[in-house]
Amino acid sequence: MEYWLPVIYVAAMGLALLIYVVLDGYDLGVGMLLPFADESEKDLMIASIGPFWDANETWIVLGVGVLLIAFPAAHGVVLTALYLPVTIMLFGLILRGVAFDLRVKAGDHRRTLWNRAFFGGSLVAALAQGWMLGSYVTGLQGGTLGLLFSALIALTLPALYLLLGSSWLLMKAEGELLEKATRWARLSLLPMGLGLLLVSIATPLVSERIADKWFSLPNLFYLVPIPLVCALAFVIMAYHLARIGRLRALPWVPFAACVAICVMASLGLAYSVFPDIVIGRMTIWEASASVASLQFTLVGVVITLPLILFYTVYVYRVFHGRVTELTYH
Amino acid sequence: MDIDPVVLARIQFAANISFHILFPAISIGLAWVLLYFRWQFTRTANRDWEHAYIFWVKVFALTFAMGVVSGITMSFQFGTNWPGFMERAGNIAGPLLGYEVLTAFFLEASFLGIMLFGKDRVSNRMHLLASFLVAFGTTLSAFWILSLNSWMQTPAGYRIEDGVFMVESWWAVIFNPSFPYRLVHMLLASLLTTAFLIAGLSALRMLRGLGGPGTRKVLKTGVLLAAVVAPLQILSGDLHGLNTLAHQPAKVAAMEAIWDTEAGAPFTLVALPDEASRSNRLAVEIPYAASLILTHRVDGEVQGLNDFAGQHPPVAPVFWAFRVMLGIGMAMLVSAWWAAAVLLRRREPGRPLLRVLSLMTFSGWLAVLAGWYVTEIGRQPWIVEGLLTVQDVAADHSSATLSGTLFGYVMLYVLLLAAYIGAVRNLSSKPAESQRTIAVGELAAVAGGA
Ligand code: HDD
Ligand code: HEM
Ligand code: HEM
Repeated sequence: MEYWLPVIYVAAMGLALLIYVVLDGYDLGVGMLLPFADESEKDLMIASIGPFWDANETWIVLGVGVLLIAFPAAHGVVLTALYLPVTIMLFGLILRGVAFDLRVKAGDHRRTLWNRAFFGGSLVAALAQGWMLGSYVTGLQGGTLGLLFSALIALTLPALYLLLGSSWLLMKAEGELLEKATRWARLSLLPMGLGLLLVSIATPLVSERIADKWFSLPNLFYLVPIPLVCALAFVIMAYHLARIGRLRALPWVPFAACVAICVMASLGLAYSVFPDIVIGRMTIWEASASVASLQFTLVGVVITLPLILFYTVYVYRVFHGRVTELTYH
Repeated sequence: MDIDPVVLARIQFAANISFHILFPAISIGLAWVLLYFRWQFTRTANRDWEHAYIFWVKVFALTFAMGVVSGITMSFQFGTNWPGFMERAGNIAGPLLGYEVLTAFFLEASFLGIMLFGKDRVSNRMHLLASFLVAFGTTLSAFWILSLNSWMQTPAGYRIEDGVFMVESWWAVIFNPSFPYRLVHMLLASLLTTAFLIAGLSALRMLRGLGGPGTRKVLKTGVLLAAVVAPLQILSGDLHGLNTLAHQPAKVAAMEAIWDTEAGAPFTLVALPDEASRSNRLAVEIPYAASLILTHRVDGEVQGLNDFAGQHPPVAPVFWAFRVMLGIGMAMLVSAWWAAAVLLRRREPGRPLLRVLSLMTFSGWLAVLAGWYVTEIGRQPWIVEGLLTVQDVAADHSSATLSGTLFGYVMLYVLLLAAYIGAVRNLSSKPAESQRTIAVGELAAVAGGA
């Protein structure tokens, strides 16, 4: 128990954050694409994320929640060190969350203003999240190299979100907007791939510990599938996007490929970090809460997490298919 | 700038939670009221109820969104502002917050989508169920967070090992002594806030000649709800106060601005409590009343602030916030009963009544904030009553960082509050006929233009 509980929790936290990146990733991505669409397309784009965005953001609350429940000591250290980017991200999330409603409710003359807030909020949140991830991987150290690395991830993550967002629209949009979404996906593919490649090269350079973990035998062999799957997913995506006209039958392929990349990237990250919770400073066991508290919450996790996944899937099924309009009744 | 960072961190936390609570205070109550509208419509097939639902569900969606984004901020604030609190009390705070996320947040956030946009895609019964689950989720979330807050006021069920709180009994932690009172008082507060919001906006629409038959139904719902809940709230507040006296006597002494322990203490209606001279200036008092209220005996002894030298909360803000809450509580009772008397006799509500109601539209907000200020400032200097002080747990950000982000938050909140109130007014300034189906998608143009 002493050993396994923190492991279970760190896995749960990783899973929550991975789901967050995929789910909120696509809706932040749609937000960043907003300025490139015309007025009626904007409505459709927003309609395509309308029923989901709130639940999507709840996954980050769960991620931070698990950090707090299971690793209270690390919770303080991480959030104190990331105070500024967290605050900036929150500003972004606040703006886009309310802009969603206000753009139709605040009156026509304010519409452009709230459209911009929606775009700006999404962009700022994505940049800040990338920055946070970067600082986290460098062990919250700062320094010129660390800052450069954080900046690199701060740019890569929004590119990934853009790709997720446009792939989402490939499944949801029709007509003109579908054409645009295809174009957006093609455009964001390369920056995303390049960013990911650079990050993979840079990570072992900024962290000796991570370099040691990856480039020792026999570990290297077990890890090879990670870059391979990523490369494969990238190729499938590029191929699919290039001939989308003919392959309209499988609109979910780019999104699925994107998810595969996210899963692989997070496996790689998990491998690099484990068993630390703050790299080089604190292991999950050092930071963990008392066994009694972890057991108490585990009961809840075991009961509710399957339920949550169940009704999340249910909601996605209810709103399955291409959007035309979205109405309140 | 050399303002104490702890003070800044406190102001920042207070600003964020004050902004956040405005929206739960409405969404918890409004979710239930909407379920009622929705159910009335299913039952009677009367279009008025449907119109009422369509209008208020829009306000609800906006309120909920504000609640969610400001709530996400809150979930980071514990870590960013009070890391020490999590290190010391994480074993207790973590699970309670965790259960809130797992049982409440996902429930409300997921079914909100179906409630708002899914009516054509699921059966009527499923839609009713989704609306119920949203309402249930908001209430459940109040349950967990208030349990945590109450534990900080009246800790129980713990032991301390090396400065860290450990749980002895979860039952005792969750159902700590002040929790039942705080939960009831807050849920009633939310119903009252909603009741006055819907009655007030309906009254405003009627004053402007925009009301239809649906508006009247909403007005009546709000007024009757308020008329029933207002006295219950006063009763629950009284019991809550007695509970506080048992566990946090210094807070009650500050609420009543009683300096010296005395038998037959008077109730001070208004005064300027002065900590330097440790006395009240310009006091208007009702003899023996404080003893009567607090001990239910004319000559009962009430402990004064001087018994808690150095360990009692700042007096004036607690004293005044308490009076604001009491005043609004009384005003709510009077106006709700007046309006109920008129409406129950099936008379047309006159302009003075409508004007009073529309003035009271956001009175719930003031009372809720005042109540929380009593509770929270009254707990000072403790973060966990009697065990852990705020000073012990604050993060060591620089004053410059804190004042910069605080400035950002405050600007953002002022903007959003203005936008929220503007949007609610904008929605309610449209004539009844145009309150049809409104879209977020394509039909939004219709909605905006109507
Ligand atoms: C009495 C009620 C109450 C109180 C005191 C608080 N909240 Fe809250 N909170 C709610 C009642 C609520 C609510 C009714 O459940 C929400 C959902 C929509 C809304 O308007 O408020 C909400 C939303 C909400 C969310 C977004 C949930 C989602 O994604 O759906 C978070 C993360 C928090 N809150 C966190 C907090 C924290 C950390 C608090 C204290 C420090 C806090 N809330 C005080
Ligand atoms: C929702 C309505 C609430 C309001 C309006 C509110 C208001 C405030 C205010 C004004 C302060 C600053 C007090 C001071 O420093 O003088 C404060 C502090 C604090 N509150 Fe609340 N509060 C609310 C709910 C909660 C809840 C539900 C929790 C926890 C579960 C909580 C936890 C804290 C903490 C940790 C502090 C910081 C330490 C302190 O200054 O005491 N509050 N709150
Ligand atoms: C008029 C009679 C009322 C009385 C006697 C009363 C009494 C109290 C007391 C004693 C507290 C502080 C409890 C503590 O911190 O230990 C409190 C808190 C509070 N009050 Fe009231 N109250 C009244 C009316 C209202 C009204 C009308 C509202 C809102 C619509 C309201 C909302 C609150 C809230 C939100 C709190 C903070 C949460 C809590 O501690 O319960 N109260 N009230």
